[in-house]
Amino acid sequence: MSPLLEVDDLRVHFETEDGLVKAVDGVTFSVDNGKVLGIVGESGSGKSVSMLTVMGLSRAKNARISGAARFDGQDLISASREDLRDLRGNDIAMIFQDPLSSLHPFYKVGRQLVEAIQAHKYSSKAEAKERAIEFLGMVGIPDPRRRFDNYPHEFSGGMRQRAMIAMALINEPRLLIADEPTTALDVTVQAQILDLIARLQNELNMAVVMITHDLGVVAEVTDHIAVMYAGRIVEHADKRDIFRAPEHPYTWGLLQSIPRLDRARDEPLVPIPGRPPSLITLPTGCNFHPRCPYVRPRHREVDPRLEPVPDDPGHRVACLLASDTRRRLWQELAAGKQPEEAREEIVEGGLA
Amino acid sequence: MSAYIIRRLLWVIVLLFLVSAITFVIFFALPSADPAQLRAGRQPNPALVEAIRHRLGLDKPIYVQYYRYMKGLVLHFDFGYSYQNNISVKQQIFDRLPATASLAIGAAVVWLIIGISVGTISAIKRRSMFDRVAMGGALVGISAPVYWLGLLSLYLFANDIGIIKIFPGSGSYVPLSQDPSKWFTSLILPWFVLAASFAAFYARLLRGNLIEVMSEDYIRTARAKGLRERRVVLRHGIRSAITPIVTAAGLDIGILLGGAILTESVFNIPGVGRLAFDSIQNSDLPMIQGTVLLGAFFIVLMNLVVDVAYAFIDPRVRYS
Amino acid sequence: MSEPLVEVRDLVKHFPITSGILIQRQVGAVHAVDGVSFDVMRGETLGIVGETGCGKSTTARLITRLLEPTSGTVHFDGKDISHLKPGQVKPLRKEMQMIFQDPYSSLNPRKTVGSIIGEPFRIHGLKEGKGERKRSVQELMEQVGLNPEHFNRYPHEFSGGQRQRIGVARALALRPKLIIADEPVSALDVSIQAQILNLLRDLQRELGITLVLIAHDLSVVRHMSDRVAVMYLGKIVELADSETLYTQPRHPYTGALLSAVPVPDPELAASRRRQIPGGDVPSPTNPPPACRFHPRCPKVQDLCRTEEPLLSPKDSGALVACHFPLTESEAAERLGTAEHA
Repeated sequence: MSPLLEVDDLRVHFETEDGLVKAVDGVTFSVDNGKVLGIVGESGSGKSVSMLTVMGLSRAKNARISGAARFDGQDLISASREDLRDLRGNDIAMIFQDPLSSLHPFYKVGRQLVEAIQAHKYSSKAEAKERAIEFLGMVGIPDPRRRFDNYPHEFSGGMRQRAMIAMALINEPRLLIADEPTTALDVTVQAQILDLIARLQNELNMAVVMITHDLGVVAEVTDHIAVMYAGRIVEHADKRDIFRAPEHPYTWGLLQSIPRLDRARDEPLVPIPGRPPSLITLPTGCNFHPRCPYVRPRHREVDPRLEPVPDDPGHRVACLLASDTRRRLWQELAAGKQPEEAREEIVEGGLA
Repeated sequence: MSAYIIRRLLWVIVLLFLVSAITFVIFFALPSADPAQLRAGRQPNPALVEAIRHRLGLDKPIYVQYYRYMKGLVLHFDFGYSYQNNISVKQQIFDRLPATASLAIGAAVVWLIIGISVGTISAIKRRSMFDRVAMGGALVGISAPVYWLGLLSLYLFANDIGIIKIFPGSGSYVPLSQDPSKWFTSLILPWFVLAASFAAFYARLLRGNLIEVMSEDYIRTARAKGLRERRVVLRHGIRSAITPIVTAAGLDIGILLGGAILTESVFNIPGVGRLAFDSIQNSDLPMIQGTVLLGAFFIVLMNLVVDVAYAFIDPRVRYS
Repeated sequence: MSEPLVEVRDLVKHFPITSGILIQRQVGAVHAVDGVSFDVMRGETLGIVGETGCGKSTTARLITRLLEPTSGTVHFDGKDISHLKPGQVKPLRKEMQMIFQDPYSSLNPRKTVGSIIGEPFRIHGLKEGKGERKRSVQELMEQVGLNPEHFNRYPHEFSGGQRQRIGVARALALRPKLIIADEPVSALDVSIQAQILNLLRDLQRELGITLVLIAHDLSVVRHMSDRVAVMYLGKIVELADSETLYTQPRHPYTGALLSAVPVPDPELAASRRRQIPGGDVPSPTNPPPACRFHPRCPKVQDLCRTEEPLLSPKDSGALVACHFPLTESEAAERLGTAEHA
């Protein structure tokens, strides 16, 4: 079974007055039918830009796109604008972070859903309306027939996001891209929306790419996870492996710097020192090296490639430290040692 | 909403009272020609001037004059009689209103069509040659005084004195009811001249708004839905960007309905603007009062219309 | 952690809704804060959590007198500050400060960083000596981890995390007794959040400041706070020390919040029984009668619809406003600790 979505060495560079912004710099991954991929990263990691490019939504004049992205075998990078438009909202759908600003404030919600239908299918207004009402009900909006005629500002935040999901799924796409769909929502609403997406994903057997900065969110809904930093994937593995046996210092940093309900209350937060790099002047060698507690001289010169770990082809890491070393480091960190201590023990103690 | 409208209409009445009072005060407080003297003719003898003063009621105190005027206005809708030629002010104004309205509304249609199309194309093809030329031209349009443009257009295109004799020249206006086609052709030059600076301004305004709107999240959603780009721009982009245009157009039309003095002068169109100008020259208080009140009425009314329209354009706006 | 620095009693803030043709009559009100009582002890960190519309931000603004209460009292350091006139409030500002959420819009873009941090001195007429102010500002910058040489830079030249540090420095300038931080890290990237949280914690310990932390992120609040108050629709529904609240939640709403928080542990996520209240939070203009949570509560019974539960101590040591609080096993279900031991 070939993957539904295949991205191969995708690069998206923007020419700006300040220089060439390497927003996405060589990203490779794939998503199978019915599976959920989580892409985790902070601002500037390139997670949104890569998926927007896949959808054909980042075709600015100053964008230089190279590499390949294939949806069900069809090449998306070289596709015509018309072909891409045909896929969008139809086979590939996308929902965004802020449902209030993502829906047109002047049009009724029902009308915006009908528009989504009629953009791709021949359908009478009445038929489209019925289908829209059906989907509004399916996403859990009470009294959908009445709500069809409401404006976006008359919905609560959670209901708006549900309406967006209805609008995205109304043509039964095979792939749903969700860009930070719950970040702007209250925590109980967030849980409702995640449950909804999981349920619909199951019912419609849809593939999902969930973009988020929240490690808790990906722990719930995904099958596998890609961690992005400065335009590249630094680690890509099964969900369990990412949390149980991560092998990239950035992933460790993320896991250790967030307060967690499942750890002791006063367990100290270990922030990742420094700041994310400028995408115009990326660091030499490994992009993460200026912030990495385990950096060695070689890391400043050589660029690591995303490669599988010795015993698991599904787990890929872009790090110059040996897999053995990394595993031992993680054991130390998981046991509660600080990065400096772990480094002294393992890295400087011999193997690197 | 209806409570809001009623409240606003009451304010309209209050404002018009205020305007009439202020006009009275300005007329009597600031130095101007004595209307009685002007009326009296070339060589007025004091007795005649006195008699005229008495007849016009100018010898009474200001507040008495004001009271008489307002009484006539409120009870009989009587605007008084011109000091200059004794014709009913109401009659004169209503006679000349159609000309002003033709000019104002026609110009509005022209400037909206040009402004919106140019603005849209400029916004979509930002920094292209079209955009640069259009915005440059807009700068000229805004800067050029309207009477200069008017005289220039007559000089170039009037069929009596112009170089390229296409359009009817100054003074050729006829009412719509009299001769529709002549009415139309006589207004073409005035429409474009009056519209020029507005079109320029609106094009720039729409261009700026549309560029901002097109970077909004809901435009991204519309594209993500797979809509045709044309639909995205027109139905989603312009629909949002047009709201300040509606407001501005309403207010500008309101002002012009009170009389586009310069344009009417250059093209010799017998509108309310000319009337207002002449009445000031002649210290003709009732006429001044009449034209000022008319102008104020249109401005205040259009303000209300625009505010109410806003509630229909933007469903988030709610008045109580 | 001895006596209270702030005492809030029956605090109420209603924002009127008016309507009418000529005369605006009040036809309703937004019950932003509807009868809230608590103390903030000296030196502690009190966390206030809740979702949109619960009134936590309004409470913060009432304590710092950015808003005047509709009724009820606020005592600061023994003094009643509830209805002070604006002129009397100004000296208070030396003792209590706020840090805001959005580092991008809470700093004046036209002022240099040095000027922003030094403004409190200027407003209160302190540190007038030549160079004295600059030295104090640079000291503050160092204290929060900024390079003092950047004194003359503008906010846009700094990253989000650095801007938030500027906000902290400004709040610290006058050495206030109380700092209220309203969502100080929610606009920041995850790896920066930890830096700012650690900074706040270190400064608090070093300088003995009392901190009120308002956030919607329950993990953040738990990590930072000694005690936590959970708010819903303008009322406090549970108030307990952190350890207790997060291991033995008693109010069903607290249980719902905790069960909804995503945790970065796939196995725990799979084993938890989520208990999410259906529907949406009701509008604060028309809160439900008696117990405000009753329309959405899984344990609702007749009493809940007729009699409002008051905050009262329960066996866990927490104050809970509920007639039928969660049992230990119900709480454990929501936390996923039932099968997890």
